[in-house]
Amino acid sequence: MAPILIVGSGPAGMSAAIALARRGVRPVVVSDAPHAGGQGFRRLNPQMALDARRIYGAEARKYEALHRDFEAILPQIDYRPATLVWAIYEGKAFILRDGQAGEIAWSGLILAPGATDRIMPVAGWTRPGVFSLGAAQIALKDQGAFIGRKVVFAGSSPLLLLAALQYRTHGARDIAVLDTTPLGAKLRAAPGLRHSPGTALRGLRLMRALKRLGVPVHQGVRLEAIEGADRVSAIRFTAPSGQECRIACDAVALGHGLRAETQLAELADCDFAFDAALRQWLPVADADGRAGERLYLAGDGACIGGADAAIAGGALSAEALLAELGEPGPSARRRRLRGTVARLRRFQRGLAGAFRWPHEEAGRLADTVTVCRCEMVTAGEIRTAVRADLGPAEVNRVKAVTRCGMGRCQGRFCGPALAEITAEASQSPIDAVGRLRAQAPVKPLPLSAADTRS
Amino acid sequence: MTQPDETAEPEPQPPDPTEAASPSQFVPAVRRKGASVTFRLDGRDLCAHAGQSVLSAVLEAGQTLRYNEFSGEPRAGFCLMNACQDCWIWTAQGTRLRACQTPVSAGLELHTSCPATPEGT
Repeated sequence: MAPILIVGSGPAGMSAAIALARRGVRPVVVSDAPHAGGQGFRRLNPQMALDARRIYGAEARKYEALHRDFEAILPQIDYRPATLVWAIYEGKAFILRDGQAGEIAWSGLILAPGATDRIMPVAGWTRPGVFSLGAAQIALKDQGAFIGRKVVFAGSSPLLLLAALQYRTHGARDIAVLDTTPLGAKLRAAPGLRHSPGTALRGLRLMRALKRLGVPVHQGVRLEAIEGADRVSAIRFTAPSGQECRIACDAVALGHGLRAETQLAELADCDFAFDAALRQWLPVADADGRAGERLYLAGDGACIGGADAAIAGGALSAEALLAELGEPGPSARRRRLRGTVARLRRFQRGLAGAFRWPHEEAGRLADTVTVCRCEMVTAGEIRTAVRADLGPAEVNRVKAVTRCGMGRCQGRFCGPALAEITAEASQSPIDAVGRLRAQAPVKPLPLSAADTRS
Repeated sequence: MTQPDETAEPEPQPPDPTEAASPSQFVPAVRRKGASVTFRLDGRDLCAHAGQSVLSAVLEAGQTLRYNEFSGEPRAGFCLMNACQDCWIWTAQGTRLRACQTPVSAGLELHTSCPATPEGT
C-alpha cells in the first residue's frame, strides 16, 4: 500500500509523524527545509555558539522535547529533508530533491506547510536591509547573525516583541519596536485572549522585559517610509500624536502577523472560505483537520494558531487519518486534541484583533510604492488596472493584467496587499475580490527537472 | 508564543554601534564554531565559516546579493525561509543558486551580477 505522506517538518508535521510512528505506521515526511523544526521551533545551527535557553527562554524545553521525540522516530519514518513538493495532482506529490524530480503516491496526505509573515508594503521596503520579521529571527537562530547593527522591528505582531527581545538578549543595543496597532485595539481585544491566559501573560512579560532593558516600543504608529539610497538608512513614521518621527537604522524587520501557506492545499482540491477575523482565505477543514478524502491539514497552513496548536493539530490529523483508514485509536485522545486546537485558534483570532492587520494602509500607499517585489509592480499600476473596464474587480484578473503576484514568490508576499488595494480601488468588500489561485510549480524549478523525472 | 529568558542579562559585546559605517549588512551575534571557509565574491577572496549560508556569508561581507532584473535595484534577500525566492546569486558558471538555502563551501565562486560566460553557454 502507498505510504502516508506528510508535507512539512515544522511542529505540525513533526507531531503528525511522531503520532504515526508511535502507532507503528511508517510515513514519508517531505520538507523543503534542510532541518526539521519549522520557523518558531527552528533547530539552532550547531555550528554557531547558540544557547537554546537564551533564544527560546521558557519555551526551550518544549523545543528540545519536540526535536528529541522527532529524532527518536527517525529510524521509523522515511524523512526526506530539502525536498520541494512543487505540485499535487491525481493523488501524487511531485517532488524535486538535489535537482532530481520524482513522484510520491500516498494512501493518506497530511499537509503541514506552515505560514510566512504577512507584509504590508511601505515605501522603500524593497531596499537591501529590509527583511521579514521571520527572517530577522532566522538570521539569529540559523546564522548566529543580526540583520544589521541598528534594527527596527516594525509592523503588527506579538512576534515583534519576541524578536526584539531575542536580539536584545544577544547583545543588540540599538534597536526599537514600531507597533502599528493602537493600544486601544489591544485593550478591546483583551476578552478574546482569555482562551489562553498563559500566552497573554507571556506577552505582557515580553513587554515589561523590553521596557526594563531600555528598548523603545512605540505603539499605534503609522509607518511612512523606509529611507536610504542603496541600503536602509532610516525609517519614518507618524506617532499617535500626529508628530512625524524618524529613526536612523540600517535594517528593518517587517511583519504584520502570519499568512497561511495554502498553495498545496489548493492544488489538492481543497475548498476555501474567507476567515473574517484573520482576514484571509483559508482551506476548509473539519475539527480534525479533514479537508477531503484521506486528506488532512494541520498547523499554521490550515489556520494560524501558533506552535502549540500545530503540535496538537499534527497529532490530531494523524489519529483522524488512521481512523479513516480503519485503525481507530483512543477517541478520548482525539477529543482532547480537538479541544486544544479549537481553543488555541480562538485565542489566535483574539490576537488578530489585538495585533491587527493594518489593511487600510494599502489604500493609503502612494501610487509609486512597489507592491510586487518580483515583478516590480506598483500600487498605482494595480489601481489603474482595477479602474479600467475589466468587469468585476477580481485579483486573478488584476494579476493577469499587471503581473502582480506572477513572479517567483507566486504572490506569497504581495498577495495580501494586492487584494486590499483591489478591494479599496473597486470599493468592494475584501472577500468579494477573490483570492490568488495557486499554480504549479509553487516554487521555481530548473528546466532540467523535466529531463530527470523518473 | 515562545519567549527568551527575560531574566538573563544581555551578553556584552558583538556589534559595536559606534563602529564606522561598515559595508556589511549582517553582523555576527555569536561565536562561530565551524571551520573557516574561503570563497570568492566578485573576484575578491572572502572568509566565512562552515555552517553559514551563502546569504549570510555574502551579507557579512557586503550588502548586495543581486540586482532586480527589471529595475536594476540592489537586493539582499527578504524571507530567509525559501518562500520569497528573492535571494538568487550567480555562480561563476552562470547558473543561479538560492543563497538562503545553500551552505557556503570552500572555493565557491559567486557574482552579484551575471558573469560573462562563453558564447552559447
